[in-house]
Amino acid sequence: MSMPGFAHLLDRLLYTPQRNGKLRLLADHFRAAPDPARGWALAALTGTLDLKTAKPALVRELTAQRVDPVLFGWSYDYVGDLAETVALIWPERPGANRAPDLGEVVEGLNAATRREVPELLERWLDALDATGRWGLLKLITGGLRVGVSARLAKTALAEFGGRDVAEIEELWHGLAPPYESLFAWLEGRGPVPALDAAAAFRPLMLANPLEDQEVAQLQVLDYCAEWKWDGIRVQLVGRDGQRRLFSRTGDDIGGAFPDVVAAMAHEAVLDGELLVVRDGQVAPFNDLQQRLGRKTVTAKMLADYPAHVRVYDLLFEGTEDLRELPFVERRRRLEAWMARTKPDRMDLSELLDFETLDELKALRESARENAIEGLMLKRADSPYLAGRPKGPWYKWKRDALLLDCVLMYAQRGHGKRSSFYSDFTFGAWRRADDGSNELVPVGKAYFGFTDQELKLLDKWVRDHTVERYGPVRAVEAGLVLEIAFDAVHPSTRHKSGLAMRFPRVHRIRWDKPAHEADRVETLERLVERPVEAAAR
Amino acid sequence: MTAPHPETWLEVRPKGLYCKPGQFYVDPAWPVERAVVTHGHADHARPNNRAVLATPETLAIMRARYRETAGGALEPLAYGEKREVNGVTVSFAPAGHVLGSAQAVLEYKGSRVVISGDYKRREDPTCAPFEPVPCDVFVTEATFGLPVFRHPPSEGEVAKLLDSRRLFPERTHVVGVYALGKAQRVIALLRRAGYDRPIWIHGALQQLCDLYRDQGVELGELRAATAANKAEMAGKIVLAPPSAIADRWARRLADPVTAMASGWMRVRQRAKQRGVELPLIISDHADWDELTQTLEDVGAPEVWVTHGSEEALVHYAGQRGFRARALALIGRGEEEQEAGAPAPDAAAAGELFAR
Repeated sequence: MSMPGFAHLLDRLLYTPQRNGKLRLLADHFRAAPDPARGWALAALTGTLDLKTAKPALVRELTAQRVDPVLFGWSYDYVGDLAETVALIWPERPGANRAPDLGEVVEGLNAATRREVPELLERWLDALDATGRWGLLKLITGGLRVGVSARLAKTALAEFGGRDVAEIEELWHGLAPPYESLFAWLEGRGPVPALDAAAAFRPLMLANPLEDQEVAQLQVLDYCAEWKWDGIRVQLVGRDGQRRLFSRTGDDIGGAFPDVVAAMAHEAVLDGELLVVRDGQVAPFNDLQQRLGRKTVTAKMLADYPAHVRVYDLLFEGTEDLRELPFVERRRRLEAWMARTKPDRMDLSELLDFETLDELKALRESARENAIEGLMLKRADSPYLAGRPKGPWYKWKRDALLLDCVLMYAQRGHGKRSSFYSDFTFGAWRRADDGSNELVPVGKAYFGFTDQELKLLDKWVRDHTVERYGPVRAVEAGLVLEIAFDAVHPSTRHKSGLAMRFPRVHRIRWDKPAHEADRVETLERLVERPVEAAAR
Repeated sequence: MTAPHPETWLEVRPKGLYCKPGQFYVDPAWPVERAVVTHGHADHARPNNRAVLATPETLAIMRARYRETAGGALEPLAYGEKREVNGVTVSFAPAGHVLGSAQAVLEYKGSRVVISGDYKRREDPTCAPFEPVPCDVFVTEATFGLPVFRHPPSEGEVAKLLDSRRLFPERTHVVGVYALGKAQRVIALLRRAGYDRPIWIHGALQQLCDLYRDQGVELGELRAATAANKAEMAGKIVLAPPSAIADRWARRLADPVTAMASGWMRVRQRAKQRGVELPLIISDHADWDELTQTLEDVGAPEVWVTHGSEEALVHYAGQRGFRARALALIGRGEEEQEAGAPAPDAAAAGELFAR
């Protein structure tokens, strides 16, 4: 499959809203494209493609050598997306080169030195049509954004091969692009691919949110409840002396957490929550964030932000696979295992006591004070199933906090929203040094509104702009947004000294005068205090 | 005696472009005494003019659409024929846009202006091809006057439609088309690609399809989509005006794949904002390459640019050594966009179907 073939697939996927339509397009591609190109395509779609990327600045520079800058400027303004503008405006040289195939692009880029990349890129751009150029630029500037999750791609693969998606999930993390053995197996030409590393990631079981209307029907006595801690989900794999710490997407994050890896002296696979815990107290998510995304970590970081795992499931004990067992049985094995091995930096996620729905609701409401995200509900009889099956596990988050803020700045969005002002910075009032009231930014929100509301917001921004700073518009203090957020933490990054977690526009208060919006002091009172690890 | 510069005998008035000695407008936006009309689209051919000079095909289209309000005296002038109007010689050259579309060629005291109307340069089985006419001033449209607009070959776009039909045989493929020109061209392109099954059309397309046939354009078997039931519509290709696709009318179709045939489909996010699932870049307007090639082919030393992205084409023409300026005609095309920010309403909603 040529690069144009892959680009046309991306193009169709981008436009196809229905899941079934996307599955059909993907399966058709897997059928029509040869190895190894289809494997590279699969890797690109599932985010496993390790590709040397090019910076948007390089793409702009190459284009500037070919296109009048004035015409480019007007075109970019009109289109609103760099990759697409370049793809469309690039002057064709018919017959210049043969269009590359996807494998050539991947292998070519990875073999090229930094100095060779521009020339390579230029040659490919000359050889491709507009759709091919667009696909190439999306691929190498990172982020395909065609509405296909890794899960959806695997589901299409399962349909293509007449297999259960769970079988593919199980194999997935032991395989590498371009997945030739996987395709051979799916086409009945080869054996089940062997899981090479025993210490492979096992697909996680995920919970669905418990919707308000589902609460009344909940058969509470069928479920066990735990606190939903505000950390990140991890899988700890110990097998044949190998130690691996995986994130929920199967990335090995052991390098950033040597303290946790050092504590893993076990032969087992555990499922748990990674937290920063100091003197038995769970620190806010902000503290954990200091440790995330690092390749190495200093001794000071280790001391200041000590990592800890709250364990809630046991998938393998030794080489015994426990995933078919009911939750309560796995839990019994986990408790016994923890009591026996007493690992450092780990403790058990507590099972909560309740008899009735009202008691469960009371627990959820108390979660606010306990600096916990809410509750996890797990059916006592549930086996450990890969993916997000509906019913056995629920997450029941506490209600969001609300604050009336004033819109201060707006910026155009990306992709589908490239022509709309859709990124909003909002502020709250405080007393300025001279005694007057001033607005200071307290957060940014990109969603929470409908398409219809977005049109109104966009128009409001255009009609009330007082100043422009490049792409940013400052607006008059005249529109109140009710912002929902999960928590607020101290932060040095914002002028207000505060940072909201997961803010979104809850309601647009067209009716409310700006001077009646909330004050920074109100937000400060909502800052969470660290709490006892076993606060009950 | 040197010929008078066209600036001295043509001017932009509130109702449109006016020829002073000839005492007529070209494509006026409001009813006037005497109009020269380049083609039948509603933003060029308005009803109720007292006298209209146009090609016989354009007059037939106006009669079909406007009936008794088509105008007072409707005077046909075939391609290549000449007519004196108050000392100004008027003739028509094919514009390649839709059936009967013409460039208006005006000659006055040895000075010649060609007003292109809307045009395209690529081959179209439903109308006569564009002919470059040498002149002193060329008045060009600039609907797709940005270098990001390069329409791919139409054959490939039609192949996309047929390929999608293969992949989703249980669904109806409904294609949004403008009733005049685009509908008949898409049908003709499908026929040329070997698609010989009946094509189903929305009632609003019937009259103009009949008119094209009467004018000798072969369209194959067409059926009224109005009479169809849902089960019957699986796997069928249906053409409808864009407004009908998002409306209750489309409920009669089987899980439709929404396609749209328009040059605006070139820009992905624009197409997505319209909820289009299968964009087909098929345009009856010149793309950037056709616009710039036409400036060279016509070879006029001076170019006036109307509706569309005037400033970009004026900029380009200036660099190529033409005298160029924008001509602000109202009632046509999109409004000037705010600097740096494509206005979503005008850009996404209005312009798609304005023509």
